[in-house]
Amino acid sequence: MSSVSVRSLGKGFGGRTVLDGIDLDVPHGQLMAVLGPSGCGKTTLLRIIAGFLAPDAGAVTLDGSVVAGGRRPVPPQHRRVGYVPQEGALFPHLSAGGNIMFGLPRRDRGEDRLAELLELVELPADVAAAHPHQLSGGQQQRVALARALAPRPRVVLLDEPFSSLDAALRENAGRAVSRVLRAAGTTAILVTHDQGEALSLADQVAVMRAGRLAQVAAPVDLYHDPADVEVATFVGGACVLPARVHGGYATCLLGDLPLHPVRGATETAPRGGAGEVGVAGSAPGADGLVHVVVRPEQILLGAADGAPARAVVSEVGFYGHDATVRLRVEGADPVTLVARVSSDGVPAVGDRVGLSARGPVRTYR
Amino acid sequence: MLTLDPADLRDLLVRPRVGELLVNTVGLLVGAVALSVVLGVGCAWVVERTDLPGTRGWHALFAAPLAVPAFVSSYGWVSVTHAVQSYAGAVLVVSLSYFPLVYLPVVAALRGLDPALEEVAHSLRQSRAATFWRVILPGVRPAVLGGALLVGLHVLAEFGALQTLGFPTFTTAIYDSYRSSFNSGSANVLASVLVLGCLLLLLGELRLRGSRSLSRVGGGSSRPVEPMPLGRAGFGVLTAAALLAVLALGVPVASLVRWLVVGSSTAFPVAELATATATSIALAAAAAVLVTAMAVPVAWLAVRHRGALSTLVERCTYVGHALPGIVVALALVAVSIRLVRPLYQTVPLLLVAYAILFLPRALVSVRSSLELAAPVLEDVARSLGTGTAATLRRVTLPVIAPGLGAGAALVFLAVSTELTATLLLAPIGAGTLATEFWSNSSAVRYGAAAPYALLLITLSVPATYLLGRQARVRP
Repeated sequence: MSSVSVRSLGKGFGGRTVLDGIDLDVPHGQLMAVLGPSGCGKTTLLRIIAGFLAPDAGAVTLDGSVVAGGRRPVPPQHRRVGYVPQEGALFPHLSAGGNIMFGLPRRDRGEDRLAELLELVELPADVAAAHPHQLSGGQQQRVALARALAPRPRVVLLDEPFSSLDAALRENAGRAVSRVLRAAGTTAILVTHDQGEALSLADQVAVMRAGRLAQVAAPVDLYHDPADVEVATFVGGACVLPARVHGGYATCLLGDLPLHPVRGATETAPRGGAGEVGVAGSAPGADGLVHVVVRPEQILLGAADGAPARAVVSEVGFYGHDATVRLRVEGADPVTLVARVSSDGVPAVGDRVGLSARGPVRTYR
Repeated sequence: MLTLDPADLRDLLVRPRVGELLVNTVGLLVGAVALSVVLGVGCAWVVERTDLPGTRGWHALFAAPLAVPAFVSSYGWVSVTHAVQSYAGAVLVVSLSYFPLVYLPVVAALRGLDPALEEVAHSLRQSRAATFWRVILPGVRPAVLGGALLVGLHVLAEFGALQTLGFPTFTTAIYDSYRSSFNSGSANVLASVLVLGCLLLLLGELRLRGSRSLSRVGGGSSRPVEPMPLGRAGFGVLTAAALLAVLALGVPVASLVRWLVVGSSTAFPVAELATATATSIALAAAAAVLVTAMAVPVAWLAVRHRGALSTLVERCTYVGHALPGIVVALALVAVSIRLVRPLYQTVPLLLVAYAILFLPRALVSVRSSLELAAPVLEDVARSLGTGTAATLRRVTLPVIAPGLGAGAALVFLAVSTELTATLLLAPIGAGTLATEFWSNSSAVRYGAAAPYALLLITLSVPATYLLGRQARVRP
């Protein structure tokens, strides 16, 4: 049974549609990331599930009981949802311990439970006496999570919880939060605009675009088998190239590339996207033309002679573990591609290289 | 309210006396505001941006004149030298009393100003002086303007100090004409001119302030500033600061003490002193509670339900900010005598006057604390199973409590040192420390007035301390 179930949810503000027919199921104990650019409606979705906003249409069910869209909406204080907003929003007048114990009935506020929760969120016991302004951003975030988990909620909602942390802290904090949620066995929804965060932390990722869900899939499937070109370019780098399909191969300027096999477990049909499930993705148009999406790490650099395409290196970004190479492909119609190469084979700017590609691709009309 | 025909009105308005008052009032306004701004900004810069030793002590000294009401310090000055009974003397004494009104907001603004701005200016080869003019001053401009407006409004409303200094302005003339003849026609005409002046000041400040937002860009953490070494100038700055402290505090307090010790009329009528103290405390406390309670719903509307109506309600309360105590008192006298006679010279009417006069002060504190209490805190509380009433009790009220306390302290301070409206509206026989001090000192019983002044200052110290501490809290 799904812990959180959202059906045909709609919401508008002053004539502007913010959510349009959202269907989403979060299985028990899973971490679902809702990924989208700012203004796509993801925070509104979260606030409706929490009960801070009422939907215009549709229903929200938590553990089988309807909390919105039924006869009477259940107010937030009776929904048993944990809420971790941006920057934690700790109560400034209470210590960390006071914050964590806030949602528990007086008889349950014991030293034991506090110690247990601090241990769960991997904080030392002496943090309990500190006030929010004495804590670092990462510690505040963990206290906020402990506070949300203390009353054993049915689901924890996290609204861009890491956006205020700096890049170095963000990854660690994200890993820690996902570890804590798994240890507590809690269902959780994480709203974020950071695709790396969504892919690396969540069990399932729901990609949201202009108030609709474009695709819901496991991170691996989302990356390798995106539902349409927009999802492909939003989730990770992507080069979109025109191609012609024949006999299980797509021919583009990088040569003949094998087509992706039958779409995997990504059964959720997107609305309005190129969603036909087929052997080789979208059927070609009348002229036989399709587009293929090639990921930067699928592009291979080699000797210029005999390669399907040649290019000049225009820019190199070196990251240590790998490097991105911006390439200007030679030809009548100049195309720019980005390739990701391992750090021991980085060309210099101005080098002339040969291009090829490996691995299966998916086609889109 | 006016039952004058146009000819009488013209006769009352266009006469040499009004011209003289206008010159005095405007001259004093310009001089006192300018001197207060120079003193306030200068002191704030020295305290916040240089390595002057003993910063905390200097901060306390520069905020302390707020605890000494202007009518007390002018009494101190007059009993030292009669030279202050002149234009220059009036400007000096009034500015020494009111410059903390510029100093405190500018200190707070300098604290909030990102020091990186100044470092960037230095890296762009701007000198210290150029950085001050081109970066610091524009950055603290709203605070300077707000402080200058407050000084201006206080100068226009000042009665006791200017009466003591023998420097007639509109406010003292209104009081005299009301007291001498109960001639409300003349008093009302003068009061109208005074209100017009106050409103012009308010509009002028709004125009100058503009609508540009000066908030910080980006969420980087603010570091403490590297203080500027004063070097050889240090001794000069130290001397100037000491001189200012002596003039603003030393002279009034010393002459107060002298009167206590050697004054021939000095007496310590313990029972009367205790009664006046109790009356002052009771009135100030009642007004503090009442006015702060009134500020909460107005602030709530203004912060959480922004709209045309809530903005209008908020702006209306600010009119009280611009109304001199004497004008509010005269209006309430007229209204109560004509419409609700039983209320004339009663405590409730006095509290109404305090509410009109001091609601804006409480509102500023309550409002800023409500803005800090982000709605997301209430969301979190509700998601943790807390109902509406419990959220108010366990989250919202504790978070805004410091703001409520500061607002109440401000009102307490203002009411305990209020003179003009209290003189006109207090029930017969109910003397506060301020009015008892006033009746003794205006009858030249300086020694008898001294104990009241001392108690008045003692009563003002805690609230002043609170204000001073608040200005230096890192935002």
